[in-house]
Amino acid sequence: MDSLSQAASQALALVASGDATLGAIVLLSLEVSLAAVALATLLGLPLGAALAVGRFPGRRALVVLLNALMGLPPVVVGLIVYLMLSRAGPLGELGLLFTPRAMVVAQTILVLPIIAALCRQAVEDAWAEYEEQLRSLGASGVTAALTLVWDIRFSLVTAVLAGLGRASAEVGAVMIVGGNIDGVTRVMTTTIALETSKGDLPLALALGLILILLVIALNAAAAYVKDAAQRRYG
Amino acid sequence: MILPLTVEAASFVAGGRTIIDRLTAEIVAGPSTIILGANGAGKSVLMRLMHGLLVPAAGTISWTGENAARRQAMVFQRPVLLRRTAIANVIYALKLAHVPSRERGPLALEALESVGLASLARRPARALSGGEQQRLALARAWALHPEVLFLDEPTASLDPTSTREIERVIQAFDAAGTKIIMATHNLGQARRLGDEVLFLHQGRLVERAPVEEFFLRPASPEAAAFIKGELPWV
Repeated sequence: MDSLSQAASQALALVASGDATLGAIVLLSLEVSLAAVALATLLGLPLGAALAVGRFPGRRALVVLLNALMGLPPVVVGLIVYLMLSRAGPLGELGLLFTPRAMVVAQTILVLPIIAALCRQAVEDAWAEYEEQLRSLGASGVTAALTLVWDIRFSLVTAVLAGLGRASAEVGAVMIVGGNIDGVTRVMTTTIALETSKGDLPLALALGLILILLVIALNAAAAYVKDAAQRRYG
Repeated sequence: MILPLTVEAASFVAGGRTIIDRLTAEIVAGPSTIILGANGAGKSVLMRLMHGLLVPAAGTISWTGENAARRQAMVFQRPVLLRRTAIANVIYALKLAHVPSRERGPLALEALESVGLASLARRPARALSGGEQQRLALARAWALHPEVLFLDEPTASLDPTSTREIERVIQAFDAAGTKIIMATHNLGQARRLGDEVLFLHQGRLVERAPVEEFFLRPASPEAAAFIKGELPWV
């Protein structure tokens, strides 16, 4: 217990001092996860909307697959991306392995199914409510899908946030494709894992604290946006 | 003019159950047509077939002129409004109807005025009361200047005051030359707004008569039983 409180006070001191190493690690974490979520959002929302509104053979199977992929184990994604990007792999030429970009790629793959599947569910629910009215007004296909996505945009914030939570919290994928290289690809989660095994608890704890605070702040912001939108738009 | 509308031996089947059974009718311009019948008689389905939201399993439904889908509108029992301002909902419909953007604002405002909602134009549509929402749905239809207006029990979930306002707007449509085709449960409303009655029973057109004659001297036993059931004191 004593060592825990000691570690905690040292962790707080570390956060308060604005340690440069700590700052760099937090910043890289944010850059990687936000970039991955931005990419996954860009791809996932249209994909989810298309799956919700479209009617084509194999759609059911695709929906089941997408839902299953929400639970992709990060280490497996890391392994696959590693194999693709390693020197002998099909994309080895790009020289991306052990760079932040590789981490973005891995996290995008991890987060894409989450955002797409949650978007599909939300759009499909809305479509059930709106379909007749929109068709009566002459909206179909892409127009209808865009109208739906825009109308439920504040619900989709939740989907994007779920993706961000997943990205910022995972350690397996970024560890494998990033390599946890000091000053290059070291992010919060990989540092926590490393420092804990090395016994440097204050640094691990300080990062853990920041990670939790970030997640809480993001969720609070999203809840606020949603409530404000609900009041304003109904 | 897209009327007359010819329904020729149209059938509709859902889940193995025949909802509309080889129904033939010609709907002409002029008299307001009321579709009556018990729950499950097929009123809503018949209107959706006519409006093109459903496709008949057998038989045909044919309008007279070109581009008929664009020259009709439908107001549902529960209005589906987008999460934007009242006027933006009307403008959205005008945009889908390819009205030039300069003309949309003035046309939308005029439509809101005609249903008495001009003062609420900037309010979020979903924050309006049930009666106001239904009037907004009528304004959205009004702006399109349809030749035919379908109404599916438009006042079924409204209080008497809201119902009176809705009926006034429907009469204004009629006065402006729009053909009214309405399903209702409210026999008083049928007499106030209708000129002729199409009476459905188990998916078949059992009787067709001018409103007063239908209520005074129903020709079929089914219609007589229906009127007696709905107005047991007569």
